[in-house]
Amino acid sequence: MDLTHSLRLVAPEELLSVVGLALLLVSAWAGGARAARAVTWIAVAVLAACAVLVVPALSGVAPADASAFGGLYAADAFSAYAKVLIYVAAGASLLVAPAFFEKAGAMRAEYPILVLFAALGMGIMVSAQNLMTLYIGLELNSLAAYVLAAFLKTDERSAEAGLKYFVLGALASGILLFGMSLTYGFTGTTSYAGIAAALQGGMAKGALFGLTFVLAGLAFKASAVPFHMWTPDVYEGAPTPVTAFFASAPKVAALGLTMRVALEAFAPQAAAWQQIVTFAAIASIVVGALGAIGQGNIKRLLAYSSINNVGFVLIGLATATPQGASAMLVYLAIYVAMTVGGFVAVLMLKDADGNQVEQIADIAGLSHTRPLIAAGLAMVMFSLAGIPPLFGFWGKFVVFQAAVQAGMVPLAALGIAASVIGAFYYLKVVKVMYFDDAAGKVTGASDMTHSVLLAASALFISPLGYLLTRCLGSIAQTAAAVLFHAA
Amino acid sequence: MFGFPILSLMLLVPLVAALACLVVEAKTARTIALAATVADFLLGIVLWNRFEIGGPQWQFQENAALFSGFSWKLGIDGIALMLIELSVFLMPICILASASIEKRVGEYMAAFLLMETLMIGVFAAQDLFLFYIFFEAGLIPMYLIIGIWGGADRIYASYKFFLYTLLGSVLMLIAMLWMANEAGTTDVPTLMQYSFPVAAQKWLWLAFFASFAVKMPMWPVHTWLPDAHVQAPTAGSVILAGVLLKMGGYGFIRFSLPMFPEASASYAPLIFVLSMIAVVYTSLVALVQHDMKKLIAYSSVAHMAIVTVGLFAFNVQGLEGTMIVMLSHGLVAGALFLCVGVIYDRLHTREINRYGGLAINMPKYALFFLLFTMASIGLPGTSGFVGEFLSLAGIYQISSWVALVSTTGIILGAAYMLYLYRRVVYGEQKNADAAAMPDLSARELLMVVPIAAVVLWMGVYPESFLAPMRSDIAALDARLAQAKPAGDAKVTAGKPKATGEHSEHAVQEGAH
Repeated sequence: MDLTHSLRLVAPEELLSVVGLALLLVSAWAGGARAARAVTWIAVAVLAACAVLVVPALSGVAPADASAFGGLYAADAFSAYAKVLIYVAAGASLLVAPAFFEKAGAMRAEYPILVLFAALGMGIMVSAQNLMTLYIGLELNSLAAYVLAAFLKTDERSAEAGLKYFVLGALASGILLFGMSLTYGFTGTTSYAGIAAALQGGMAKGALFGLTFVLAGLAFKASAVPFHMWTPDVYEGAPTPVTAFFASAPKVAALGLTMRVALEAFAPQAAAWQQIVTFAAIASIVVGALGAIGQGNIKRLLAYSSINNVGFVLIGLATATPQGASAMLVYLAIYVAMTVGGFVAVLMLKDADGNQVEQIADIAGLSHTRPLIAAGLAMVMFSLAGIPPLFGFWGKFVVFQAAVQAGMVPLAALGIAASVIGAFYYLKVVKVMYFDDAAGKVTGASDMTHSVLLAASALFISPLGYLLTRCLGSIAQTAAAVLFHAA
Repeated sequence: MFGFPILSLMLLVPLVAALACLVVEAKTARTIALAATVADFLLGIVLWNRFEIGGPQWQFQENAALFSGFSWKLGIDGIALMLIELSVFLMPICILASASIEKRVGEYMAAFLLMETLMIGVFAAQDLFLFYIFFEAGLIPMYLIIGIWGGADRIYASYKFFLYTLLGSVLMLIAMLWMANEAGTTDVPTLMQYSFPVAAQKWLWLAFFASFAVKMPMWPVHTWLPDAHVQAPTAGSVILAGVLLKMGGYGFIRFSLPMFPEASASYAPLIFVLSMIAVVYTSLVALVQHDMKKLIAYSSVAHMAIVTVGLFAFNVQGLEGTMIVMLSHGLVAGALFLCVGVIYDRLHTREINRYGGLAINMPKYALFFLLFTMASIGLPGTSGFVGEFLSLAGIYQISSWVALVSTTGIILGAAYMLYLYRRVVYGEQKNADAAAMPDLSARELLMVVPIAAVVLWMGVYPESFLAPMRSDIAALDARLAQAKPAGDAKVTAGKPKATGEHSEHAVQEGAH
């Protein structure tokens, strides 16, 4: 009875792993681009099905009903919210892939399969209730991600990105494991609830070290400053659909995981990690903003922008309040839409031969030649800069509102003032597209799926997005409330 | 009362037209833009007609709980009504003034129509965050207008405009978040009656000041304005000077003064000092400009300093004067930019020295330019006089020193405006091409005649414009009474003047 209940709760994970393995067999026998295309579509359908499976949990589940495998795993509103975002982001990065890889001559079925396994790993990450479960999910996601980064076998940059990501990722995993072992040593358990109980009333020095190392490892996965160094190189080198994937779904998973660890396992010692998170938040905002200014490659620019955005999300975590957690979730939803929109627009920038255009200087005067792409990218840029009436403003709004409600006015003031630096480089992209004379480089035809995806994300981040605020806010609130049940 | 959601409609008309302009060709876009702005102007007339003078303070209220955290809450009082009228009045003129735009006409018209929506939104919003969204959103179309259709140095100007105003506004956002958290509401009329702790007020006031001072613009954060003005196309300058600058003044009168009266009183000396510097300094800078638009831009800063002085006079004259100066400046500065635009379209230079003796070949132009020059100086019979007189009369009750220094602005204003006028319109015809310029066309007359009529109307019978605002200003004055600083005017009869008392000192004392 208990086992069947558990198995029912992990239905999305089962579906993903079974289909992933089956598709692996299919691709082993039926190679070729046609089969790869079919596998891609099946993978998208499976992700959609998984998203449908988790939707009912969004409205809230009793803690007892959500717990599976003796408290190792939870399928609650929080994990459901994160999973919907992860599946949507993963699905979007699958949809944009065929057009890109076919041109590169690397359309292989392994891509969708690896994305499925990564999504599986991320699902486990956000559902984990135990440090061991966490680690299994994290590594499953990471191993798939290393291969994805190096997916263009013949491209040196891609291989370099894969290697860099692997070496640094392995180091981060080591740091994380070290922290976990310290935590285990000083609390005597690996379960979140057990750790929280053991930390009630006081924390040993060793446990503090454990917490610090765990957070350092997680900060690497979320690419928060000072563990962000790999991000620009990997984002630039990896194939663009993979970069779109890295910038969206794993961010949600890593931040969701960090929320769970901080707000569930280490909740009794919030003061200990709040200062770490506050520093990481401000540092990410500032470094992300300053680092982006000199970039000439739009993918590197978006990499710094993602570091910048992680900083804003972490401000929500630094508050350690339910409002802060719910604000983070709202921010992540908007962030995923902006990121997908931004990378789809980048994918649509092609020269006459259909090759990707990645240099910002080459998209000069884009508004003359491809007004719709330019308008879409400009919306994404203004939205990332947090300028109302675009929806990106709302993400920043709720995060800073939570910070002010938690009495952290100086943090909010500092963070928002630093966002003005960020606005500068977003404006630069708009300036190049709208004010400069046409470079005439971007002339290639766009793929239909790309146009549809760009239109969809543009619609979401347009002022019409505000009509969603009530519904999004209440779902995020239910999801965030889960984290504060136990405490 | 009047159940029809006229304010929402006024917001919707330009917005829909803006979207339409994006997809049609140039000629149709011009027609659509003109039709939409005229329609909004007509709606504005209906609005004024239906506005009950002496009725409830907030009229035409609408409220729809569409969003989480804030709501679609609109409503206007007399102050907002007048500023909305100014916006809808200037917009069709701006569209007419854009006949010389040939580059990307559809997008240009769309940007202007979007600006109109946002400006009306700023004045009509009754929810703190709705106001912020409208206030801030104006950055995007204005950035594009300056950057795409501006002059040679447009990129620098557009960045400067955007980043300056953004930095000011985000600090205000944090203050708003704090206020909403403290007071538990985002409703502006409620917040206007809410008493924040005095210590907190000072921080909040500074945050709002950071935003409004940049928008206003006050010395020393005014430097974006001359750059933005010079580089913006004519219609962009008209909107910038006519309406966007008024958002700063509106912000002070709607937020800073009623929400933080004690803080306003204690920071009044700061405002006075900055304003006095602005009046004298920017007037002198205006005097030495070679570029007509820059000259008028600097004169705007000087006029806005009269506005801030009047605002912080804490009495009815000062506040009424402020409002009239804002309305008058919106019309007059807008008209002056149009006048510059008229000759710029012909000769494509704003260098004052390239012109001269225009009264000979352009008599009608010379007439209207003279009228607006006089109005800018504040000649009795024009709108400028009423506003400046009231403002200065108001401040005189608080501090004769501030009044004295501010009044020099009028003298200096006469100096630089008349000097400009003499060099452009009188004298010899130095250049053959300038001498060959044709006089105002029918379209150009259509632009300047209505403004001239309103300028004279406001100068001769300001009551039409003051009446709707009177009760709101009285309410504001009553709200401010608790914090009113004692003036240095000794009106008590029969007592000798106390010796050694310094004006600033007196103001400060009154504040505590």
